[in-house]
Amino acid sequence: MNTKVNIAGVILNNPVMTASGTFGSGEEYSQFVNLSQLGAVVTKGVSIVPWEGNPTPRIAETYGGMINAIGLQNPGIDLFIERDIPFLTQFDSKIVVNVCGKTMEDYCEVVEKLSDMPVDLLEMNVSCPNVKEGGIAFGQNPNALEKITKEVKKFARQPIIMKLSPNVTDIAEMAKAATAGGADALSLINTLTGMKIDINRKSFAVANKTGGLSGPAIKPVAVRMVYEAANAVDIPIIGMGGIVNAEDALEFIMAGASAVAVGTGNFINPYATLNVLKGIEEYMEKNHIEDINEIIGCVR
Amino acid sequence: MEQKFREKAVIIRQEEIATGIFSMWLKTEKIAKAARAGQFIAVYCNDGSRLLPRPISICEIDKDDDAVRIVYRVAGKGTDEISFMRTSMQLDVMGPLGNGFPIKEKKALLIGGGIGIPPLLQLAKDLKCETQIAAGYKEQLFLNEEFKKVGNLYIATEDGEHGTEGNVMDAVKRNDLDAEIIYACGPTPMLKAVKEYAKEKNIEAWLSLEEKMACGIGACLSCVCKSKHKDAHTNVNNKRVCKEGPVFRAEEVELS
Repeated sequence: MNTKVNIAGVILNNPVMTASGTFGSGEEYSQFVNLSQLGAVVTKGVSIVPWEGNPTPRIAETYGGMINAIGLQNPGIDLFIERDIPFLTQFDSKIVVNVCGKTMEDYCEVVEKLSDMPVDLLEMNVSCPNVKEGGIAFGQNPNALEKITKEVKKFARQPIIMKLSPNVTDIAEMAKAATAGGADALSLINTLTGMKIDINRKSFAVANKTGGLSGPAIKPVAVRMVYEAANAVDIPIIGMGGIVNAEDALEFIMAGASAVAVGTGNFINPYATLNVLKGIEEYMEKNHIEDINEIIGCVR
Repeated sequence: MEQKFREKAVIIRQEEIATGIFSMWLKTEKIAKAARAGQFIAVYCNDGSRLLPRPISICEIDKDDDAVRIVYRVAGKGTDEISFMRTSMQLDVMGPLGNGFPIKEKKALLIGGGIGIPPLLQLAKDLKCETQIAAGYKEQLFLNEEFKKVGNLYIATEDGEHGTEGNVMDAVKRNDLDAEIIYACGPTPMLKAVKEYAKEKNIEAWLSLEEKMACGIGACLSCVCKSKHKDAHTNVNNKRVCKEGPVFRAEEVELS
C-alpha cells in the first residue's frame, strides 16, 4: 500500500499533517504522538520579532466548534530557529514552517532567514483573521495575494504554500491569484471569522470581539472550498477544516486535497492525527486501494 | 517532561455536595499515580457538539486505590452533562496537567474562594507543618468537615450565617492569621487581594490561576496570563496557565 504523496516535490510518507497554530512546534504533543509517523508537522506561525498576541479570553467553545483569537503569539524567528527547528529535525516527518507578518517585508525577512534551514516547506499565513495588520489583509484581495506570493518567492529556497482564507466571495479566484504569483501549493481553509456573545456577562466571549471559527462545524464549507480550488488550479492542495477522523480526511482527499491537516481535532483528542492516518490505511485496505494518489480528487 | 496520560476513567461515585457542586471519584490507570496537589485534569464530554475538555482541578488523590477526586461546579452544558454521570460509567480524561503547588515546610495559610476551595484539600493533606485554611463561600458550605480534619479552618460567608460575614480576606484579617507561606485559589479579585496582603505582610505567596483552555498541554496558547518577566518559552511576557501554571509565585504574574 502506498500512502506517499507529493507536495511541490516534497515527498510526505503519508498525507496527514498538523494545522498551524494547533500543535505548537510539536514538542507538547510529542508525548502522545510519535511525530515521525506524521506526514508533516506544520508549526505555529512565526514572525520576525516576538509577538505577545491578544488579551484573554482568547477562545470560546461553540456548537461543534470553537472560536479563537490568539493573535499569533509567537517567540520570533530567532528563538524559533535556535530551539524549535533542531527539535523537529529529530523526527522523520517533513517540517513545514508557517510564516506570519505585518508587512510584506516582514514575511520576506522571515522567509530569507529560513532559506538555509533544514525545513521542507514554508506556509504563508495570509489569512489570519485575528491580527489588525498583515495577515488576512493580504489574503482577501487577489491582487495583494498575487503580489505577496511573488515577493516571498524571490527570497524562498523552499517551496511556498499559500494558506488561503475562507472569508472571501470566490475561493477559486484567490487560488488562481496565488498560483499566478508562483505559489507551489495551497492550503485551505483557515478559520471563518465568527463571533460569540456571552449573554450572562453581556459581552463578547473572546476579548478580541471576533475570532476564527474552527472544528467540525466548518467542515462542509472547507470541503466545498477545497473542491472549488482544486478545480481552478493545478498545484497541490492541502485540505483542512474540521477534520477529526479518517472519514473527514477522505472527503477532503476525494475533493482534491493531496494532503490533509488536523487542527482543532488535536484538542479533542491528542491522538487525532494518528487515528486519522490509521483510518485512512484501513479504508484503503478495505476498498483495495493500492495507492492513495488514486483517490485524490476522484470526485469530479 | 512529566508524563501525561489520556485515559478512559471509570466513575467510582458521584454526589452533589452543595447545590450545583458535585464531587466525583474517578478510577484511573495512571493519572492518580502521577498526580500532585494543585494539578488538574481535562475532562472530555461525550456529546460531540462540545469539543473541548473541561479543565477541573484535582481535589484529592488516592494513590493506593489509583483514584482521583474532582469537585466542580456546574457552570454550563459540559459540566451539566458530566454531573449526570453515574457509578461505573466511563469518562475520557487527560492528566495530570499543570505544575501543582510546591510543598514547603513552613507555617501555611491556605486561602480558597468558592470553587477554588477544592484543590486546597489535597494540599492541606500533604503539608507537614501547621496548616490554617481560610475558605470563603457564597452561602452553602462544602468540604468544610474534611478541611477540619487536616488543619484549622476559618470560614467566611456572604451573609455571615457561618463564620465571618464577608469574603475570605475578611476571615483572614478578623482572625489575624499569620503564616510563612500562603497558597490561594479562587476568583481573580480574591487573588488580587491575597497578592496585596502577602506583599504587605511580606509573606511568600503562591496563586492558582484559571483561564479558558483548549489543548490543556501548552500548545495552543489560549490560556496565557501576563507575567512580570519575559517567559523563557514564549519569549514574551506571557506564561501558559496550563503548563507553567496554574500555580505561580504571586509577584510573577500580573492579574487583571
